[in-house]
Amino acid sequence: MSDQTSKVNEYRRKFFGKAAATAAMVGIAPGVFLHTIARAKPADEAVSSEVRWGLLINANKCADGCNDCVSACNDENGLTGFGRPETDAQWIRKVTLKDKRTNHVTNLPLMCQHCAHPPCVDVCPTGASFKRADGIVLVDKHICIGCRYCMMACPYKARSFVHETLTDQVPDVPRGKGTVESCTLCVHRVDRGDTPACVEACNTAENGAMVFGNLNDPNSDISKRLASEASTEIRGDLGLDLGVRYQNI
Amino acid sequence: MAKKIALRSIQGNTAGYYLLMAVLGALIALGLGAAYYMEHNGHHVTGMTNQIVWGMPHVFAVFLIVAASGALNVASISSVFNKSLYKPLAPLSGLLAVALLVGGLTVLVLDLGRPDRLIVAMTYYNFKSIFAWNIFLYTGFLGIVAVYLWMMLEKRFNQHSSQVGFVAFVWRLILTTGTGSIFGFLVARQYYDAAIMAPLFILMSFAFGLAIFNIVLAVAFKGTQRPLGDVLVERLRKLLGIFVAAVLFFVAIFHLTNLYATEHHGVEHFILDGDNVYTGLFWVGFMLFGSIIPLVLCLTPSFSKSLGAVLTASVLVIAGGLSQMYIIIIGGQAYPLEIFPGKEVSSSFFDGVVNSYAPSFPEIALGVGGTAFALFIVAFAVKVLHFLPQSLANSEIDPHFSATEAEGENATNAASA
Repeated sequence: MSDQTSKVNEYRRKFFGKAAATAAMVGIAPGVFLHTIARAKPADEAVSSEVRWGLLINANKCADGCNDCVSACNDENGLTGFGRPETDAQWIRKVTLKDKRTNHVTNLPLMCQHCAHPPCVDVCPTGASFKRADGIVLVDKHICIGCRYCMMACPYKARSFVHETLTDQVPDVPRGKGTVESCTLCVHRVDRGDTPACVEACNTAENGAMVFGNLNDPNSDISKRLASEASTEIRGDLGLDLGVRYQNI
Repeated sequence: MAKKIALRSIQGNTAGYYLLMAVLGALIALGLGAAYYMEHNGHHVTGMTNQIVWGMPHVFAVFLIVAASGALNVASISSVFNKSLYKPLAPLSGLLAVALLVGGLTVLVLDLGRPDRLIVAMTYYNFKSIFAWNIFLYTGFLGIVAVYLWMMLEKRFNQHSSQVGFVAFVWRLILTTGTGSIFGFLVARQYYDAAIMAPLFILMSFAFGLAIFNIVLAVAFKGTQRPLGDVLVERLRKLLGIFVAAVLFFVAIFHLTNLYATEHHGVEHFILDGDNVYTGLFWVGFMLFGSIIPLVLCLTPSFSKSLGAVLTASVLVIAGGLSQMYIIIIGGQAYPLEIFPGKEVSSSFFDGVVNSYAPSFPEIALGVGGTAFALFIVAFAVKVLHFLPQSLANSEIDPHFSATEAEGENATNAASA
């Protein structure tokens, strides 16, 4: 092989190397960069307990008469009612509290509290009620037999039973007559790197009463807020280590 | 030593028998129809809601399951405590236990949101759930009592019946502990979350099971004109009285403990002194009709040896038992969850309010259908197998029976015939 040919080959090698590096930067880096921002995980990657999703809700910012989080949840998850409030599903509800002694009134949204030790998961005979590694408590609609023991066990009345035949379901949120369901923390959005619909709606309404994030990441907004401001758990006496914490209640 | 009493199947060819089977069959069909109606339309056609998630079917189902383990009392007394008087009744006792459990489980399964997924319940287990354990306790009970019945009915295996009977006795205590713990393990609800639920359910099982046994025994014997001596009647009367008193004791302790703790005053006021159906059911249904009158009928000498008194007491104990189940299951859910102690709570999801419930016809039909199914199994089994003693006359069962009493008994039997 002549010197000239060898130089050409070397030139070619360098060219391909740089081209590959550039391609890699153009093709992969944005993915890595975006992934870091949103902490979304690829669809084929298992959820990890390194993440624990949670909510911080400031009751003082929860506006009286505002129902945006509830509407957003209903739209996002296809919770169309049948005009029967006693049997229609409600995954999130606005609760009004009045102190019996002082008459002080507080508003807050209440939903599944995504406990670290969920009583619904403990009592479920088939294991249909389960907690994902990232702390989201869900119902596997395929093995729920509709016994409703989880509804008896939930301290927050967070669960609903599907009392009638459903039509026009949202593809991302499968539901089924005769099974139990509750707030999924919009797991389909969270897995895409978005925030839950209720949080987004609260921000859109400029109330900013709800913060969503990774409780296990000390640098997340929610962790910083929790570290610097007082917050509490509802029925903290039960020792369930909730994923949802409240302020000013 | 008492004589060996022969067990014989009933002929079951009378108009009365066919009428009984036809009525029970119709009630079973009605129950199945109700289950289909509820499953087809969804549970919104029932009285159940997202607030009262367990309704009338659970009242019947839990009552039948509790009574099932209690129906085994008579068999346990004969084989575990070796009382020969009860020995000829042990097979009927075991049969009734199996039948009531099957009836109760049928109601429970048909009330599921997805009864078609029974196979899922049998193949996926979460062993932290007392419900999952109960699936094993129930199926195990059926298996053990079936073996027990086999040992008792097959002469060659009679010698093993007391060992199997002992296993069945222990198993039934664990089973009712499991049933009571369904409520005892519910941390969130004010009226549940109490360890005493397990022993309370065991005592309730003794009383309810014996009450149903007494009625089945009397109907079977009177219906087939077999002699039923007052020695046995008197024993059953006193036994029922003791069981009723024991239930009362546990209920009293349960409420007194709650009344001592301020945090439970709300729910106790709701059940014992509320303006609602539960207070009426407690004082009139459970206390007066279900406990005090049966105690008088069972423990005072004036009703000594009276079959009428035993049967009246048994019917009242069953009515009181259903009242008690209704109070525990429905009343316990009707009282609002204490999510925010010290606050008045309101929302679109019925927070902070007493939840209303009215049992619907299909729910009652399903519960009655399951009860009818249990009785149908008993009526059919006593026709095809030798379950019932030919005679329970005093002379047959009482080792201390004397000749002078025999004359009197003959005269009594002649008079009743």
